[in-house]
Amino acid sequence: MKLESILAAKGPQVITTGAGTSISDAIALLAHHNIGAVIVVDPAGAPSGILSERDIIRHLAASDAPAGATVGDWMTSPVTVATPADDVDAVLQTMTARRFRHVPVVERGRLLGMVTIGDLVKAERDDFQGAIESLESQLLDA
Amino acid sequence: MSGGTPTPAALNVAIIGAGPAAFYAAEALFRDGPPTTHVDMFDRLPTPFGLVRHGVAPDHQKIKNVTKSFSQVAADPRFRFFGNVEFGRDLSLDDIRAHYHQVLFATGAQTDRRMNIPGEDLRGSHPATAFVAWYNGHPDFQDCQFDLSQERVAVVGVGNVAVDVARILCLSREEMEQTDMPRHVIEALSQSRVREVHLLGRRGPAQAAFTNPELKELGNLADADLVIRPEEAALDELSRAEVEASGDRMLQRKVDMIAEFAARPPEGKERQLFLRFFVSPVELIGGVSGTVTALKLVRTRLVASESGTLSAEPTGEFETIETGLVFRSVGYRGVPLPGVPFHERWGVILNESGRILDEASNEPLPGMYTSGWIKRGPSGVIGTNKPDSVETVAAMLEDAVSGRTFAPVESARDAYPATLESRGLRCVTFDDWCRIDAVEQAQGAREGRPRAKLTSVAEMLACLDAPAASSSQVASAAG
Repeated sequence: MKLESILAAKGPQVITTGAGTSISDAIALLAHHNIGAVIVVDPAGAPSGILSERDIIRHLAASDAPAGATVGDWMTSPVTVATPADDVDAVLQTMTARRFRHVPVVERGRLLGMVTIGDLVKAERDDFQGAIESLESQLLDA
Repeated sequence: MSGGTPTPAALNVAIIGAGPAAFYAAEALFRDGPPTTHVDMFDRLPTPFGLVRHGVAPDHQKIKNVTKSFSQVAADPRFRFFGNVEFGRDLSLDDIRAHYHQVLFATGAQTDRRMNIPGEDLRGSHPATAFVAWYNGHPDFQDCQFDLSQERVAVVGVGNVAVDVARILCLSREEMEQTDMPRHVIEALSQSRVREVHLLGRRGPAQAAFTNPELKELGNLADADLVIRPEEAALDELSRAEVEASGDRMLQRKVDMIAEFAARPPEGKERQLFLRFFVSPVELIGGVSGTVTALKLVRTRLVASESGTLSAEPTGEFETIETGLVFRSVGYRGVPLPGVPFHERWGVILNESGRILDEASNEPLPGMYTSGWIKRGPSGVIGTNKPDSVETVAAMLEDAVSGRTFAPVESARDAYPATLESRGLRCVTFDDWCRIDAVEQAQGAREGRPRAKLTSVAEMLACLDAPAASSSQVASAAG
């Protein structure tokens, strides 16, 4: 299974922001859309970093003041990206091993969407459920 | 609120398409919806079940068992089937809006993805799905011509469809006589002069999409030796690390089996099935007549992408397979439907978790939903459509409760068959289908196989309108 089958049913909207956005505005954006991370894009629209809940917590724990700070100051950069043709299994393994939960999906430098670890786990679960469903219908004469 | 009053009195749903995603959705609607839920299912063909009938390989009859549970759904008195009715031709979105609260599109991925290489459209180069539809008796594909006088065939891809095509090309007469393929297909395949089938994978054994039982089957064909090059069966460093890290025992078993087959000496069977890895087509070469004569391949090696996927990269080393018949199986995409927003890049209906979105605002369009391959693209097995359709139905029921539906004329559903038939359509009901089914099975029984398919719409309709006693003659005439 490839990432594109997840993106296909996610809708085309991706939430992004610029590196110059204030941290308080970025937090408001996360809260408004009920999301855990926002992709930071450069003026050309290519992802230059990502700002997640974890970045925010890390900086707050280090007593960094949000006032005056920008997304560019607190984001994780560079960000690991994937392509639509990447395998769900492989990306899930990479995210688990390297402990991140959001991956922007790009094609030829263009941002197409984002997948979260929740999306990948759901895709794997549906895949397993589907396989079980099909095997059962072959074994049992309905 | 853009729709009508939330009508606890009725939830009337139209489903376009009658494949697995459509039936799983109907099942979920009856199970989770209000008791007054009604489902009308429309298909452009007189026969239900979509790819279970026209996609699943004819020598894999057990997989088709799932139609029994679909038929149980159809037996619900709240269900109606309208076969031989095509959305966009016989039935418009406006018709649906006037008669139903909601519509669900489950029309599948009806076309092939292109390889985008020179020579792709030469004569003798076919989408694998056309061949599959032909040998499975799909009425639209019975006039297709495949040059089975060729001795060497190339099948591009190593997914389920590619593997099915390669296997069907290698079946013995005896194996074919166990299938439900139309008689004329069995005759054509029996006279095939194909001696070599080359199944071509871009990546390595660890990335091949076929399942272990499918692989085992290729290794145990009555009339064909499975040939794998030991150097292509060997795992590269990256793949070995990937298999180990995955902890997936089935994957380990698959790569072991491939190595075992590679080490096995051929038995000198009538045909040879070459399973190749690390090759990617770059060009189809044509002769003077515009017919393909060869397929040029580039050898590949694997490289790890940033996110950890192993993908194929050309090495610059080329090889050529002389062949006059090429089947392309590198993926599928959906076909846009009139008036329904479409996402070109993914080849699906524009949607979020099954809710169809407006192209301008990206907001859900009330009353409009999708599930199956036209929602998520072609992935998974038949059963994968169940969780997919359940997700969409959950959204439908949530929206029905809050009244975000079409606003149909209340009694319109009852008038529906008359509306269609007044336009001169011969709708095929589920009872009609059961009669076609019985005719096909009876003819199959006479031939000692599960079914003998009727392959034209005219034949099917004739068998319905003929007196019961003569329906067996219709089937014989079709054979």
